[in-house]
Amino acid sequence: MDITGRKLFVKALQEEGVDTIFGYPGGTVTDLFDELYKQDEIEIVLPRHEQGLLHEAEGYAKSTGKVGVCLVTSGPGATNIMTGLADAHYDNIPLVCFTGQVPLSLIGNDAFQEVDIVGMTRSITKYGVTVRDRKDLGKIIKMAFHIASTGKPGPVLIDLPKDIQTASGPAEYPDSVQIRGYKPNESVHIGQLKKAYKLLKSAKKPLILAGGGVNIAKANELLKEFADKMNVPVVTTIMGKGAIATTHPLYIGNTGMHGKYASNKAVSECDVLFSIGTRFNDRITGDLNEFAPKAKIVHIDVDTASISRNVVVDVPIVSDAKLALEKLLEWAEPKDTAAWQERIKAWDEKNPLEMRRDRGMTPQMIMEHINHTFDEAVFVTDVGQNQMWATQYLDIDEKRQMITSGGLGTMGFGFPAAIGAKIGNRNTEVVCVTGDGGFQMNIQEMATAIVQGTPVIICLLNNQYLGMVRQMQQLFYGKRYSAVCLRKRRSCPANCKGPNEACPPYTPDFVALAESYGAHGIRVEREEDIQAALDKARTYKDAPTVIEFLISSDEIVLPMVKGGNPMSEMILK
Amino acid sequence: MVREENIMKDRWIALYVENQVGVLAKVSGLFSGKSYNLQSLTVGTTEDETVSRMTICVTSDDITFEQIKKQLNRMVEVIKVIDLTDVPIHMKEILFAKVLRVNAAEKEEVFQIAQVFNVQVADIGNDSVLLECKLTAHRNNELIALLKIEI
Repeated sequence: MDITGRKLFVKALQEEGVDTIFGYPGGTVTDLFDELYKQDEIEIVLPRHEQGLLHEAEGYAKSTGKVGVCLVTSGPGATNIMTGLADAHYDNIPLVCFTGQVPLSLIGNDAFQEVDIVGMTRSITKYGVTVRDRKDLGKIIKMAFHIASTGKPGPVLIDLPKDIQTASGPAEYPDSVQIRGYKPNESVHIGQLKKAYKLLKSAKKPLILAGGGVNIAKANELLKEFADKMNVPVVTTIMGKGAIATTHPLYIGNTGMHGKYASNKAVSECDVLFSIGTRFNDRITGDLNEFAPKAKIVHIDVDTASISRNVVVDVPIVSDAKLALEKLLEWAEPKDTAAWQERIKAWDEKNPLEMRRDRGMTPQMIMEHINHTFDEAVFVTDVGQNQMWATQYLDIDEKRQMITSGGLGTMGFGFPAAIGAKIGNRNTEVVCVTGDGGFQMNIQEMATAIVQGTPVIICLLNNQYLGMVRQMQQLFYGKRYSAVCLRKRRSCPANCKGPNEACPPYTPDFVALAESYGAHGIRVEREEDIQAALDKARTYKDAPTVIEFLISSDEIVLPMVKGGNPMSEMILK
Repeated sequence: MVREENIMKDRWIALYVENQVGVLAKVSGLFSGKSYNLQSLTVGTTEDETVSRMTICVTSDDITFEQIKKQLNRMVEVIKVIDLTDVPIHMKEILFAKVLRVNAAEKEEVFQIAQVFNVQVADIGNDSVLLECKLTAHRNNELIALLKIEI
């Protein structure tokens, strides 16, 4: 018996085991929301802005490993999710996003709320399609879930014209689907892998560089075993943080633009760089000619196109991280790297990540307290200085996960992603580290957090500036603080050189703002009060808590490598 | 010194893709989005109506060309990528050359050129000749050059 498209839509989601859908209604999707109203297996999360919606779905997907499902209307609903789609595409987060579309007969007529969203998102989705025939609907939804969650995961967009939703057609939702142009890599070239292993085995100064691919493949345990067995030190990218527990003796730290001194030094000095699941982004390599100059490079990545694109490698291997590590573990034999490890340790002792205790409350101290407070948690960061401090200092292990916007660097990501993570993990504490700039980019989601009953703990590092840009202006632009002061008003002098007594007050009052939403607000100005604030926030189980930490505007993220410079040229003080 | 793999040259790819709305835009969008240098692109349906074949010419160095093939391969809509470099292929360019404002004597000259180059006279007007040339791109260019000088 035939059923309507809207009925098949709900049926498909149910068969995919979807329990939560992030949705914002509108003219062209009212039929779908009407159908969702009639059932209670799938819960609808209604955000306050579609950008927040998409980041919530990202946080949900990233923290649960499930596919995040989004439903928005045509036109502005669709264009508002584009930033999030680009973010998910860059960081390989599995999403299936449905956008409403005007009826097929109106497409191309400049109808009300019509945009060519598939055309607009072609380069920021893994796959996108407009359903043009009701009979294809089931197959297309199946394809979307398959493509989003397999291989290198990513967002898939399905554009659903209104008349497809109401048209009758086949009731079947297929169990599986064959796509002739899509064959995710499911094997590994043993010959190449053996070559890579031999190279590592013969190395005197070997180093493993683990990227986000290790976390996506859930190969953390395997990586730890492999490193352990062979005594090879490990550095990570920001997305790879947690690939091995940060407390593990072989773990050095993050590498890259704001990487640890010892990590960047190790990359520059190693003789074999064994990299897994990284795309060698410019933030990791710096000047390409000076990257790992003494090393033979092994590159394992599931995406063929990531290999030999940025860095020319000696042993390229197309494989999922898990698959490759399983095989490598069969061969792994202990090797002596004591001297090399001593050298790394000496670098680390010479220039450790700083923890100064002589100038009041610092962001580093706040991270230290977070580390001591939460045993099992999901940490979600926004973008900017707060993100760098969090990714430098927070300890990540089997019980503590880190979610951050690494590739696109989307300000406004952190808070909604934290809400999404909490929705997916209601029994786990979720801590959002954010800044006063990024928090305000999706601050309307406070209402979503309240209505969803998600007691996210928001550690808001308020330095009254867009700090990451300010830092660049401070170091490389003669302290010309152009358009980064969030206190600046029209009455201020145009060429302000930094905070002074005449500065106007900050707006908004974050504590009062939180309270106006029905959330909790705590302001912390002194180191002595950090712990009490965190402890207090943990007692609130009903609504989020904003802990506003008033930190100095002059705090900068160190070490730092200027964009395009070699990784060995670090600014340390 | 310019290394061999850094030399820019024309390369050819044949592409089998799903015959669907938007696939051409996606493929051509890849070239503009990633700053690849697209020389020519033709597309048509194959004997299997669900499949289209594209023939693409790009100007690139070796490394970029490898990247282009990989990027095309990872598109869901792309079924097969065939690199036509270093494989025996039969390549012809079709050129229609309309020679205008020719008098009787010049027409005669055009006919002679057509004979030498072994191309068809497709149409003749009062003061014009239309040549249909199915030659190599190189030979077609020579023909154009000759017509420019002679007529």
